[in-house]
Amino acid sequence: MAQVQLKNVVKKYGAVGVVHAINLDIAEGEFVVLVGPSGCGKSTTLRMVAGLEDISGGEVIIGDRVVNDLPPRERNLAMVFQNYALYPHMTVRENLGFSLKIAKRPQAEIDRAVDEAAGILSLTPLLDRKPGALSGGQRQRVAMGRAIVRHPDVFLFDEPLSNLDAKLRTQMRVEIKKLHQRVGSTVIYVTHDQIEAMTLADRIVIMRDGHIVQVGTPLEVFENPVNTFVATFIGSPPMNLLEGVIRAGQVVLADGTAIPQPPGLNVAEGRKVQLGIRADNIMPEGHALPPTAHMAFVEMPVILTEPLGTETLLYATLSGTEMQAKMLNPRPVSAGERMRFGIALDKCHLFDAETGNSLRG
Amino acid sequence: MATASQHRIRKRALKVAHFAGLFLAMSIICLPGLWVVLNSFRPTVEIMAKPPVWIPESLSLDHYRAMFGGAGEGGVPVLTYFRNSLIISVTSTVIALLVGMAGGYAFARYRFKGKGVMFVALMASRAVPGVALSLPLFIIFGRTGIIDTHFGLILVYVAMNVPFTIWLIDGFFRQVPKELAEAAEIDGCTRWQAFWRVEFPVARSGIASAGIFAFLTSWNEYALASQLTRSATSKTMPVGLLDFTSQFTLNWGGMCALAVLMIIPALVLTFLVQKHLIAGLTFGGVKG
Ligand SMILES: Nc1ncnc2c1ncn2[C@@H]1O[C@H](COP(=O)(O)OP(=O)(O)OP(=O)(O)O)[C@@H](O)[C@H]1O
Ligand SMILES: [Mg+2]
Repeated sequence: MAQVQLKNVVKKYGAVGVVHAINLDIAEGEFVVLVGPSGCGKSTTLRMVAGLEDISGGEVIIGDRVVNDLPPRERNLAMVFQNYALYPHMTVRENLGFSLKIAKRPQAEIDRAVDEAAGILSLTPLLDRKPGALSGGQRQRVAMGRAIVRHPDVFLFDEPLSNLDAKLRTQMRVEIKKLHQRVGSTVIYVTHDQIEAMTLADRIVIMRDGHIVQVGTPLEVFENPVNTFVATFIGSPPMNLLEGVIRAGQVVLADGTAIPQPPGLNVAEGRKVQLGIRADNIMPEGHALPPTAHMAFVEMPVILTEPLGTETLLYATLSGTEMQAKMLNPRPVSAGERMRFGIALDKCHLFDAETGNSLRG
Repeated sequence: MATASQHRIRKRALKVAHFAGLFLAMSIICLPGLWVVLNSFRPTVEIMAKPPVWIPESLSLDHYRAMFGGAGEGGVPVLTYFRNSLIISVTSTVIALLVGMAGGYAFARYRFKGKGVMFVALMASRAVPGVALSLPLFIIFGRTGIIDTHFGLILVYVAMNVPFTIWLIDGFFRQVPKELAEAAEIDGCTRWQAFWRVEFPVARSGIASAGIFAFLTSWNEYALASQLTRSATSKTMPVGLLDFTSQFTLNWGGMCALAVLMIIPALVLTFLVQKHLIAGLTFGGVKG
C-alpha cells in the first residue's frame, strides 16, 4: 500500500499539451476514479503513473519515492488494461503466476498465490485453459487475478469493464469493490462511465481537456458541481440547464417564465445565468413532490415518456429547452399533455451563463 | 421436405465439384514434381522415349547409385553440395531472421525519422531482379576474393532475404497488441524480457513462416549461385545439377535424382513447421 501524489504533472506530445499541470493527492488505500469524456487525458495520466508514458513535467510520487525515472517494474504496481492484455500463449495459471515467476519466487509460493487468487475470483476450473478459450467476463477476471497475485502497492485500472455487457459490468463492479475492501490497496481507476465512477469511488476526479475540473466524494460532486460541465457529466439523466437572466431575485427565462432564485443565493440583478435542475427535483404535481418550503411551479407540455417501472421519465419543454423530469408513482401520460411541475428550489443550482461556473459559494 | 433434400443434393454436388476442381488443380501443380521423382527411378531410354511412357516398366535406383558413385561413373559430390547448401541456407536464414526481427520490431513499434522512406526503400530493393546484380556481384566478389566461398553466398542471401523478413515480421508484430509488452513490463519484465517472453512467443508462428520463406529462397536459388560458385568448396545443390550436363549429353535421370534429394529437405522442413503456419496467430489474450 502506498500513497500516490501527482505534482504539476504535464504530458506533451511534441508541442501539444495533453495533460496540463495536474495536482492530485491520493491517500493510502483510497479508491480514486478518474472520469471524463473521451480524449481528456485519463489514460495518459494513468500511464504516466504506471511508467508506460514519459512524464514531460512535474513529479509522480508513489509511497515516498519520486518515480519519474523508474521503469514500470520498479514501481510495484499492477494494471488492468481495457483489452485485458492477457498473454495468449500462456494458460490462465501461467498468466496469473507470470509476475511471480519473473520475480524468481519459489514454485510452491507461486502455486499458493495463484490458487488463492483463482479462488477469490472463481477461476479455479479455468486454470489450465488459454485466454482464447475464455469468455469476456472470464478474461476480465483473469486480468484482475493477474493484478492481485502480486500484492502491489497500487492498482491501476483503465476502463476494465468497458468491453463487457451491461449486466456483467454491474456484476464486476461489485466484485471490484469487494476486492478493494478485501485487499485494501490504493486504486486508481479510469472510466468514462459516470455510474461506475459514482458507485466505486471514494473520491472522483473529473477531468476535461487535460485539466482536473473537480475532485470530491461522489456525493460532493453530485450535490455541488463546480460548473455546468460537472453538473451535466455526473448524474443520470444529466442536469437540466435553463438559460435566464436575474430580475428582481428571480430567474427570468427567454419566454418570460420566472422562477425564484434558489434560496441562499444572491446574484446581482441583470446577470445572465443558467439554472440547473436535476430530474429528481422537478416533478409533476400530485406525484410525491419532495417536502420543501421552497417550491416553485411551472407548466410544461410533455413531449415524450420513458416508463422505467418504479418511475417514469418525462421529457417536456420549457422556454424552448428540453427538460427531463421524474414522475414517481407513475400514471400513463400522453404526449402533448400539459402538466404542472413542482421544482424543489433548495436543490437547484445557478451557474454563470458565460463561464459555466457555479455561483454557489 | 423436397426442398430440404434438394438442398442437400445441391450441397453434395457442390462438394464433389470442389473436390474435382481441387484435384485437377493439384495434379497440374504437382505433375512436374511427380515427373521428376518418377524419372529419377527409371532408365534414360524410357525418359527420352517418344511418345512419352506414362506408366514405367521398370524402376531402379541406378541413377542414385551412379550419383553417389565414383567420379568416373557419373558420380557427383552430392554430400559436399548438400553440406554447402545446408550451411549457406541455414546461416543466411538465421541471420535474415535476426535482422528481420530487430528491423520488423522497430518498424512495428517505434517512431523514428525517415521510417516511411526506409520502408519503401527496403521494398524497392526487392524490385531489382537478382540476375541484374550477378555481374556487379561477380566483379566485386572477384576483387575482394570472396567468390566461391560460403561467406559470399551467405552475404548475398541475407541481402536478398532481409527486406522480405523485415516486411513480414513487421506485419506480425503489428498484430501483437502493444499492451501485452506493457503488461509484461508492469509484471516485472525489462523491455528485453518483455520481448522474449511475451511478444516473441506470440509472434512466433509468423516468424517461423518468414524463416521458411527465407530458407526456401536460399535453398532453391540458382541464378546467382551459378555465377558466384565454381568448385565443390561452395557449390550448392541447384548449381550441382549442372554437373549432369556435358558437352554432348544431358544425364536427365541423374539430374532428377539430385533434384529429388533437393526437394526432400525442403518438404520435410515445411511439414515440420506447417503446424505453426496453419495455427497462425491466436490473439485470445485481448478482446476478441
Ligand atoms: N502518441 C500520441 N501522440 C499525440 N497525441 C496523443 C498520443 N496519444 C494520445 N494522444 C492524445 O492525448 C489525448 C488524451 O488521450 P487519452 O488516451 O489519455 O484519453 P482518454 O481520456 O483516456 O480517452 P478515452 O476515454 O477515449 O480512453 C487525446 O486527445 C489523444 O489524441
Ligand atoms: Mg483511455
